[in-house]
Amino acid sequence: MNVWLALPLAAPLVGAALAITVRRLQVQRVISFVSLAVSLVAAVVVVARVAIDDTVLVTRLAGWPAEVAITLVADRLSALLLVVAVLVLCVVLAFAIGQRATDERSVFYHPTYLVLAAGIAQAFLAGDLFNLFVAFELMLMSSYVLLTLEGTDAQIRAGTTYVVLNVIESIVLLTAVGLIFAATGTVSMAELPARLAELPDAVRTGLNLLLLVAFGIKAAVFPLFFWLPDAYPTAPSSVTAVFAGLLTKVGVYAMLRTQTLLFPGEFDTLLIVIAGLTMIIGVLGAISHAEMKRILSFHIVSQIGYMVMGIGIGGEAALAATVFFLMNQIPVKSSLFLVQGIVERETGTSAFDKVGGLARRSGPLAVLFLVPALSLAGLPPFSGFIAKFALVRAGLDAEQYVIIAVALFGSLLTLVSMTKIWIGVFWGEVHPEPPAGRVGILRHHRTMTAATTAMVVGTVAIAVAAGPIYHYVTRAGAQLVDPSIYIEAVLGS
Amino acid sequence: MSAALVLLVAVLFGTGTYLVMNRSLTRIVLGVALLGNGVNVLIVAASSRSGDAPIVGRSGAPTDSVPQALVLTAIVIGFAIVSFLVALAWRNWTIDGNDSVEDDVEDRRVAREQAALDAGRSDVAHHEDVER
Repeated sequence: MNVWLALPLAAPLVGAALAITVRRLQVQRVISFVSLAVSLVAAVVVVARVAIDDTVLVTRLAGWPAEVAITLVADRLSALLLVVAVLVLCVVLAFAIGQRATDERSVFYHPTYLVLAAGIAQAFLAGDLFNLFVAFELMLMSSYVLLTLEGTDAQIRAGTTYVVLNVIESIVLLTAVGLIFAATGTVSMAELPARLAELPDAVRTGLNLLLLVAFGIKAAVFPLFFWLPDAYPTAPSSVTAVFAGLLTKVGVYAMLRTQTLLFPGEFDTLLIVIAGLTMIIGVLGAISHAEMKRILSFHIVSQIGYMVMGIGIGGEAALAATVFFLMNQIPVKSSLFLVQGIVERETGTSAFDKVGGLARRSGPLAVLFLVPALSLAGLPPFSGFIAKFALVRAGLDAEQYVIIAVALFGSLLTLVSMTKIWIGVFWGEVHPEPPAGRVGILRHHRTMTAATTAMVVGTVAIAVAAGPIYHYVTRAGAQLVDPSIYIEAVLGS
Repeated sequence: MSAALVLLVAVLFGTGTYLVMNRSLTRIVLGVALLGNGVNVLIVAASSRSGDAPIVGRSGAPTDSVPQALVLTAIVIGFAIVSFLVALAWRNWTIDGNDSVEDDVEDRRVAREQAALDAGRSDVAHHEDVER
């Protein structure tokens, strides 16, 4: 049994159990940081071993034999996402403590946050479909609690939609898992490809569609996205940053995994059509709103379209680009929400008619917004440019000209809506008037600033280290194109 | 998989889906409970060969135990979800005095503003027409 592979999810779970017994906030904070740090160290070890030894790590929890054990698998894709996710979780936790919002003071915040971390880690490492379902449930249950922790009117209203939709998603996913088991007699992702291939085409297509709908709701692709821009803005910014950065991406990861491993190339055209619609409708939704958090929430939807496009195009180059895009989106998206959190903490709102001229009050804050915003729109020299460039090039090589045109148009609209935030929040007359004698913004929120800066520096670091990272994701793409690597590693261990 | 269980699954899914499509949160909770149990029965039923009873089978030899382990987990998760939904419905009721699922307020506002804008534009055009 490989302990390093179990620690990323075991440490937060143990931490959560400890934190709920100790009710003192300071102790809970320490427990949260320690367990996430353990998780991070383990994730780094995993990614290093996967990269240096060029292997797929497999472990069976508690050393049970293969047919009954819970199997954890880390290939290049899982390991990379795991390490990025845990890093983001650590930074956002620091931000949440600095934000001093009411929800972080609740005794349930830290335990729930840790369970969320464990769920996310488990989702990336799950080696069978049922385990993936359990990971989704861990993640979703804690997200329900975090979203509605304050119990205000708006949170309950938006939370209801979110919870009901995601519960239905869980039921669809569980049905899919049950039917896959009924049809093949296994839920192990390593055994499934061979057994699914023996099934009649119609049965296989049906099973794939069920999975696709379940993951589609979670990833918020068109037409299943409408719950997201409604629910996310009501949560406190720290929580929204984690949700935006990680939850939908776990859905995309699950889609990527099942579409490459279990049902290779079955729905390419469908995925590309969905991707185009998701990109454009998401970004149009963003343009139509006049509140920073809402715009950013619609952008989550739009960006999911690009990843689904990569999955749809298929092939080593496109999948490598998708992995890079996915990995890059997590910190970019989170940092935008963190900036929004600072704006909201300082002025009480981020609606355009109530806030303005923040660039005049704090230049550094404007820079903190501008770097991830331009990265999101895909402007050079930021990391988003590399991600989009790689996707577009893979698409052109695969001769998918229509979707590439749509994607580029979507990028332009992304830039337009980012400009809208810039004009609405950062330009113009300063209002509301800051309290007398208050100069700047960042110096009054040191912890939040440090966390946000760390995240923004992270996105810049991705651009700086793009060469080695791209080398890594190219190998990840190769692993995804050739499922036999994954299958042999799991069955042979 | 026995025909009786398949029928039961169909009934649970049908009624559950009907209830979930209601606006009242209490009915949604009931629908979720039915749907969740429908899936559980489905997985248990899937553990045996076609025509056989689940769990023990026809010969008395126990069938594959993996689905039963899966269902145990699924039942616990289903219980957690239903209790959370009940709590949510109760909280919704203490705030609003009703338990219906409401529309996205912000979306409605954007739509209203746009409608007002469109109405304004047509007024302006009309005005110009008159002046000419």
